[in-house]
Amino acid sequence: MIELENVSKIYSTGTPAINGVSLSIEKGEFVFIVGSSGSGKSTLIKLLLKELEPTSGKITVNSKNLSRLKRRQIPKFRREIGVVFQDFRLLKDRNVYENVAFAQRVIQVPTKNIKRQVPAMLSMVGLAEKYKSNPKELSGGEQQRVALARALVNKPSILLADEPTGNLDPKNSWDIMKLLEEANQRGTTVLVVTHNREIVDAMQKRVITMNKGVIVSDEKEGGYAYES
Amino acid sequence: MRVSSIVYSLKQGFKNIIRNKMFSLASIATMAACIFLFGLFYTMVFNFQHIVKQAETGVSVSVFFNDGISQEQITAIGDEISKRVEVSKYEYISAEEALNRFINDTFNGNQELAESFQDDNPLANSASYEIYLNDVSLQKALVTYLESLDGVREVKRSEIVANTLANFNVLIGYISLAIIVILFAVAIFLISNTVTIGIAVRREEISIMKLIGATDFFVRAPFIVEGIMIGLIGSCIPLVALYFMYRNIIEFVNDKFKILQDLLNFLPVNTVFSTLIPIALLIGVGIGFMGSFITIRKHLKV
Repeated sequence: MIELENVSKIYSTGTPAINGVSLSIEKGEFVFIVGSSGSGKSTLIKLLLKELEPTSGKITVNSKNLSRLKRRQIPKFRREIGVVFQDFRLLKDRNVYENVAFAQRVIQVPTKNIKRQVPAMLSMVGLAEKYKSNPKELSGGEQQRVALARALVNKPSILLADEPTGNLDPKNSWDIMKLLEEANQRGTTVLVVTHNREIVDAMQKRVITMNKGVIVSDEKEGGYAYES
Repeated sequence: MRVSSIVYSLKQGFKNIIRNKMFSLASIATMAACIFLFGLFYTMVFNFQHIVKQAETGVSVSVFFNDGISQEQITAIGDEISKRVEVSKYEYISAEEALNRFINDTFNGNQELAESFQDDNPLANSASYEIYLNDVSLQKALVTYLESLDGVREVKRSEIVANTLANFNVLIGYISLAIIVILFAVAIFLISNTVTIGIAVRREEISIMKLIGATDFFVRAPFIVEGIMIGLIGSCIPLVALYFMYRNIIEFVNDKFKILQDLLNFLPVNTVFSTLIPIALLIGVGIGFMGSFITIRKHLKV
């Protein structure tokens, strides 16, 4: 499902953010990527979204070789991937419903289907009653749930979450992780970049640890191996 | 693209204008100021050219004939003249008519002095054609042609007036071009700055759209709708203002300065605006479209 073969990314400053990384993630897996700041975790997410081009190596996502993907094919490729960020990245001038519906409008889902699917997704993340609220009126946890609903509404095969609990308290962090786990149980491959030791240790999923751009450990049912 | 997506893009374009009130107002004001200046200048140049054109129509060329020429030959020369495209009208002035004009102009109705010429017309050989031109700059070519005709003794023209008017016309052309180029450079600079600020505010929104999987067209469409609407509003406001301003000014000048009416013959408001409206709307919509199209292109590479 996700395959990296000897991938490196060197920024124009000359610093290698990722250095000769190879890894394979199977369909339906739940994987944590942990490591200190600057270890290359976020660069990895950007490479998987084709937001960045690798300096060398081959990246395959959903059987697509990303370096061969043409610019006009990128939107369609990204529609198969849901993405959640630490800072939520909601459209602040639109309400909860519009933020989630937006992901469907982008892929031109008919309006009648949007009207059916968006409320269902909002119920799933526990925000059915707040569909008219503006993101500014919501707590951090609620905003992240809206972002998660937006990421999942198109039923992506892969969900990438970049520090999804970075701005949340422990209770909200757990709520988000439960939602990610539920998505995983429905068949979505989930990749979570995190610093949250408690969650990683408790969930006993596959853990890939990165340091200075290289993978230092990869455990099937691991814990938070990196010592900061 | 689905109809619902087109409707969505249109709606978003309109909503963006409301959402980003300050940016929209700034853009509309910039656009309106530029179009207003353009319209003002256009109206002035258009009228100026009209006034010069009016002056040009008064410039004539006189053709005198060889001694003893027959009336048939004179008519034949008249036919040749009528075929020339640069001739707007021509008039035959017989020797008697020329004398009458001379007497009237010189002796101002003094009958006694006038009568002394009655038996001996000093202008007996001065029958002529008086020719008026469409375009005074073509006078030289016409004179050369007329001089080559059989039976023509002399061609008289007012070269200084013709040259002055022709040069004046060229000068107006150059000045108009220079001012229009400067105005457009200023307009494009101001508008692209305003659009850049507007896009910078929404850079995050664009990047979210792109990461979710929106096509460039889908991201761009609402911005383009917004740009076109701003261009349209920004050109309608100065057009309405200019329309009423122009109408009132020509009414005022015609009313208060009747003495200048022959000299300052303003174009009617409908004549000016029948060309100014489509040009200004096209410029407004064009700049709005290009401004948003080019500026957003830079931010689509996510």
